[in-house]
Amino acid sequence: MELMMSLVIGVLFAAGTYLLLSRSMLRVILGTALLSHGVLLMILTMGKLKRGAPPIIIGAGPFTDPLPQALILTAIVIGFGVTSFVLVLAYRAYQTLKTDDLDKLRGVDDE
Amino acid sequence: MSFLAVVLSPFILAMLVPLLRKAAGNKIGWVVSLLPLTLFIWLVKQLPTVMSGEPVTVFYNWVPSIGVNFSLYLDGLSLLFGFLITGIGFAVIVYSIYYLSTKENLTNFYVFILLFMGAMLGVVMSNNLILMYIFWELTSFSSFLLIGFWYHKERSRYGAQKSMLITVIGGFSMLAGIVMLWVLTGTFEVREIIAQAALIKESGFYIPITILVLLGAFSKSAQIPFHIWLPDAMEAPTPISCYLHSATMVKAGIYLIARMTGALGGTEFWFLTVSSIGLGSLMLGSYLALKQKDLKAILAFSTISQLGLIITLIGYGTPGAIMGGIFHLFNHSAFKGSLFLMVGIVDHETGTRDISKLRGLAKVMPYTAAIAVIGSLAMAGVPPFNGFLSKELFFTASVEAVTANLAFIHPYAWLFPLIALCASIFTFVYSVSIFHKVFFSGEVTKETPKHPHEAPVGLLLPGLLLVSINVIIGLFPGLVAKSIIEPAVVAITGAPFYVKIYHWHGLNLPLAMSLVVIIVGLVLYYRLDQLKAALARVPGTPSSNRFYDWAVPAVLNGALRITNIQMTGFLRDYNLFIILYTLLVVGGTIFMKDALIISTADLAEVAFFEVVMALILVAGALGVVFLKSRLAAIVSLGVVGYTVALLFVIFRAPDLALTQLLVETVTLALFLLAFSRLPKFLSEHDTPARVKGINVVAALLTGALATTLTLIGHSNKYFEPISHYFIENTKKLGGGTNAVNVILVDFRGLDTLGEIAVLGIAGLGVYAMIKLAIRKGGKAHENE
Repeated sequence: MELMMSLVIGVLFAAGTYLLLSRSMLRVILGTALLSHGVLLMILTMGKLKRGAPPIIIGAGPFTDPLPQALILTAIVIGFGVTSFVLVLAYRAYQTLKTDDLDKLRGVDDE
Repeated sequence: MSFLAVVLSPFILAMLVPLLRKAAGNKIGWVVSLLPLTLFIWLVKQLPTVMSGEPVTVFYNWVPSIGVNFSLYLDGLSLLFGFLITGIGFAVIVYSIYYLSTKENLTNFYVFILLFMGAMLGVVMSNNLILMYIFWELTSFSSFLLIGFWYHKERSRYGAQKSMLITVIGGFSMLAGIVMLWVLTGTFEVREIIAQAALIKESGFYIPITILVLLGAFSKSAQIPFHIWLPDAMEAPTPISCYLHSATMVKAGIYLIARMTGALGGTEFWFLTVSSIGLGSLMLGSYLALKQKDLKAILAFSTISQLGLIITLIGYGTPGAIMGGIFHLFNHSAFKGSLFLMVGIVDHETGTRDISKLRGLAKVMPYTAAIAVIGSLAMAGVPPFNGFLSKELFFTASVEAVTANLAFIHPYAWLFPLIALCASIFTFVYSVSIFHKVFFSGEVTKETPKHPHEAPVGLLLPGLLLVSINVIIGLFPGLVAKSIIEPAVVAITGAPFYVKIYHWHGLNLPLAMSLVVIIVGLVLYYRLDQLKAALARVPGTPSSNRFYDWAVPAVLNGALRITNIQMTGFLRDYNLFIILYTLLVVGGTIFMKDALIISTADLAEVAFFEVVMALILVAGALGVVFLKSRLAAIVSLGVVGYTVALLFVIFRAPDLALTQLLVETVTLALFLLAFSRLPKFLSEHDTPARVKGINVVAALLTGALATTLTLIGHSNKYFEPISHYFIENTKKLGGGTNAVNVILVDFRGLDTLGEIAVLGIAGLGVYAMIKLAIRKGGKAHENE
């Protein structure tokens, strides 16, 4: 299972990285979303997968490790906050600058 | 007056000059001139103490934790330099009162010159090398300000920058040498370092230390190949050229070499480096001086040449040679100072310094002519002036170079007197050319911008004062031999030495050499036009000017080119740099530390439907990348998010699954909301194949690295997880059964507080961006 998950994580990272390098601002944001999915799965996989019951402490164990789950929960929420912020930022940038081509967003020439 | 006040008083007066200027008006120069006079008298009073071999010292702690102390030391060598600095300083300040127009910025001038005087006194009287270095850089700095005094002139700025760059590079080298000396000896105090001379010479650091310290000295004293800044420093007002660039600052390097002789001198390496650079500068300076037309340029190259002579003598290292060097140092300050003051007068009264325009001035300017004749003949080494005496000592030392402890140069020993002879002939020729045509041959021409007439007495007196020293010392060398020269020689060699300077050595080789110099020099001078024509045919002299003028713009252009290569302004490029660097560092570390240990011993089992889910996840991710429509891409991203939520279910993480489902839904809604107002995907068709190729490679490598890292993280467990603590205590301490929730709000509640704050700030940010926007006019408006 861990082997397969590692491959999936690799695909998510590769896809995210590829999108990060593209010209369109929207694709870059999609890329960051894919990368954060990859990271969440990575945290979980680096612990051990499927060892015991869900960490609801009723009855005898073994239970899965609750700590990575708590970390990921925090990460999901923060990722959501950042993604929504960046999304609105891209929207405002497009509204003001009339382009989402990152090659054209190159600062001021006469600095 | 205490010793400390002597070094600090110029700085204090420099601070007061702007105030005094208001009170004293244009007479500020007279106020300033009192200081060097007072200091000179104080130094004279110390003469008996120093002659008896008792140094005057002062010691204050400054930064005792690293051994930097405000420690001053006045021995024979410091005293000699002190006399030059204050004595010539007084003459130059009096001269400048008459020389500078009252329209000039006199406040700046006297502040800068006082800064310089204080710094120079500090250099020669510091016993602590760091203290000396600070004063050393202060002389570079004040020299920079003085060369650029007429900052509206382009040449002044060029000269100031050049001298700053070269002397500061030398100063930094010297600092490195000082630090190495400290590492070796554990102290910055000069006397304590000299006491450990044997240790320094035996260590492997000896040669680097010597080279670094000498770099500082050679750059300051304008020796080859650093001599190029001195001719360009002639853009400074003439009193400055006289004071800084002939009599004092350029001798700071000589002071350093003399001072360090005790610690570093006496080896073959020292002798070869110091003397060969000195001889080279002597030769090149006297040769180039012949080719100049500007009087100040002649004097500048002559200074390079004469400093080379002094350095050669100190490099020989025998007491006799050092005596010659110190005596010539003293003489050079007197005759070169008077010559510069003479050139200033000529410039002031005729409006030009071009020797091709000046003729027969002696008739209208007899006193100036007297200064020129005596100064030039002293420089040429003609009896009975003082230059003759030191030149004789130079010849003697060159002839005797073999017999001393320098026997290893035996096969080439004849070179030393020969170079000395040739350089002296050149010196004779340019010295005569300074005064002969300008003052004697021909009638006064009308070519000069001003009608020439004799200068006011205030301009003449300082020059006459300096030039009379040449005559007096020439006739009665004993006046300074015992009192000034001997303590200085003793301070350098550290051994008692009896100084006696004679006029008549008997019929010997040095005397014959002097005769040859005068005869050949006269012959060459009468054929000067042919000589100059011959010199003009010599193809371009090797000059480090060309290197300097190439190197400074080249460094700037190189930096610009490198910046342009990396700072492209494309976000993609910066992302690529970060990605490639991460790949290199993380991948490289894995490779170099042999960390690629993957164990497949402990894996969870895989069910068929899990494989299907993984495939769906991969398909979703690829869909985001490859789908052309943005709606399809968003939906594809949704597929990825929901599948991740399903995986959380399989991995026994109910809270994660819930949150992920909710967040994914809200995110999707947000994406759809925003994307409906955004343009269609940009077509990436026009992206070059090469760029696409790089992107693909970078993406695949990153994916591979992520896979590897996950596997390594899974395979290597160095210690037990701490989760058993949470599982045991969730109920007992937290009072709940859901371990994840108890961790979030109880065990690690601070994380949750932080994440709530993040969400709040993101919300506020979104609100601010949507609601408050600033139009071009600068007025905030509400967005629809």
